Order: sequence, then structure tokens, then C-alpha cells
Amino acid sequence: MKTIADHILDIIQNSVRASASRIRVEIRESIMNDKYTVEISDNGCGMDKMTAMKARDPFYTSRSTRKVGLGLPLLQQNAEQSGGSLQLFTQEGKGTTVTATFGLTNIDRPPSGDLAGVFILTAIGHPHINLFYAHHTEKGSFSISTPELKETLGELPLGSSEIRKAVTELILHNLSGIGAS
Amino acid sequence: MNKITSLSDLKQLREDIQSRIKLREKSDASDTLVQIKVGMATCGIASGAKETMNVLIEEAERQAIDVVVTQTGCMGFCYAEPTVEVTIPGRDPVVFGHVDKAKAREIIDHYIIQGKLIDGIIPVEFKTIND
Repeated sequence: MKTIADHILDIIQNSVRASASRIRVEIRESIMNDKYTVEISDNGCGMDKMTAMKARDPFYTSRSTRKVGLGLPLLQQNAEQSGGSLQLFTQEGKGTTVTATFGLTNIDRPPSGDLAGVFILTAIGHPHINLFYAHHTEKGSFSISTPELKETLGELPLGSSEIRKAVTELILHNLSGIGAS
Repeated sequence: MNKITSLSDLKQLREDIQSRIKLREKSDASDTLVQIKVGMATCGIASGAKETMNVLIEEAERQAIDVVVTQTGCMGFCYAEPTVEVTIPGRDPVVFGHVDKAKAREIIDHYIIQGKLIDGIIPVEFKTIND
């Protein structure tokens, strides 16, 4: 994965497969602690102890269509390469939280990438999931969610180019307003 | 149009375009619409499924055809990512492999609009050596 946004798009699919109805993505950037933290939490089915232990193993997957499961291992690798780590917290029947910490200024931290695009594509691709996205820096916070968007847009489809452009603009404007990297 | 910077701007925009945009009928007409599913797992994303999905949405809108574009997980054809499953109402789903931007446009132009079969279909009965 070339960017952190790609990783987020990827890990969200795990939540979708865990039949989550609510997914929350939270990014915290701290210049003071030189940390870039991404937390993805869902209310899906969670994992039992054995599965959770194996989840970081690239040769473990819950699928039968292929023999590898690289989403979490790749994220862990990128996090560790930039001086960070990956944490996994899960409760069977309640949900899972994945926290990846990167070194903010580390040369090996992937760039943030297209965070706005990932939010919009996920919202379009999984219309029945409530998606929340929050981004915090030392300058301030920005958050947006699909329930909020649905209320604002009414029946207008998020997929139409005008709306996608407007929502992208909204997200980018606010992210640059809080000095997100 | 001013720059959109908040939800209230977005609401303003909604009022502006609501009158001219064609709204899809409210009913859940998923069995009369063309359905496109983009494989968006690790393998798909790494091979550019995000760009593929963007092109599919843009192209469908540009050509004014009613499609529902959604995401799905890995279909087991990691070697052929990005993969896209297209279901035309009344027909069997067809999975296409190696769908880059050009292929995505070809699928819309030739398969969905003209109904012609094109290269790059992964047969449903396809089995890997491990199955």
C-alpha cells in the first residue's frame, strides 16, 4: 500500500466482512509527540482469542478463496518501519479496533493520500453502513459522517459528480484548515 | 459557485441542483438496474481498484446510464485484480479481470451499453489448482 488512505480503505473491508453497521475512522496527528495515529473501530462480530492471535499472520485468513491475508500484516509492517506499531483490540460479538501508530516525520511513513476519496468511495460502496471520520491535529479537529451527509443531501445521490466534488472540497478545505499533513 | 467549506454550504448546493438533477426513482429498483461490484480487498486496492471505481462512477454518469456501483471483497482472483463483477438485469453476473481505466470504459461502452461480450472475462467455473 502506497498511502495511509489505501490502508484505511483496506482495513474498512475487514469491518464490512465482520458485518459492522458502524465504522469509525479517527486520525490523530501530534507534532509534539511526533506521532500519526490511525484508529479504525467497528461494531462488527469481533474475533475470538485464537483468531485475534492469528490475525497478524500473513498466512492466516478467514477466507477459503485464497491462502493469504495481507491487510493487517502490511499495515503493521508500514507502521513499524516508521517507528510505530499496530494494536488490535477485539471483543467477540462487540467489535474490533485497529490502531496503527506511525512516526509523523519519519521518512518511511507513507503519505496520508486521498483521505477524502476513501471516505466518499466507502460511503458510496457501502450505503448501509454508517461511516464516521474524524481528524485531529494540534490546531483543531474536523469530523464528518454519512448520517450527517444523508441528512444534508436528502435524496441527492452521493455518487453524482457535483456532489462528490463538493464533498471532496469540503473535506480538503477543512483538513488544510487544521493543518493536516 | 462558491467554495464548499461546510455542511451548510452543501445544503445550499443541494437546493441549487435539486431542481435540475434527475433523481432516481425512490423504489429500491436494484433488480432493474445494472449492478457493478468492484473488488476492494488488499489485492484490489494495491492494483488500483480505487481508480477503477472512480472511472466507473464517472463514466456511468457521463453516459447517463443507471448503475449501482458498490464495493465487494476479494473474489479469489488476486492475480487478475482489479476485478469487477457486472450484473445486467436478467442475465448471469460476469466477472472481468485486469480492469484498468481503459478496460472500465470498455466494459461500460461495449458490455453494458451495447451488450457485446468483451475479452477479459473470468469464467464462473474457473478453479485454481488448489481447489
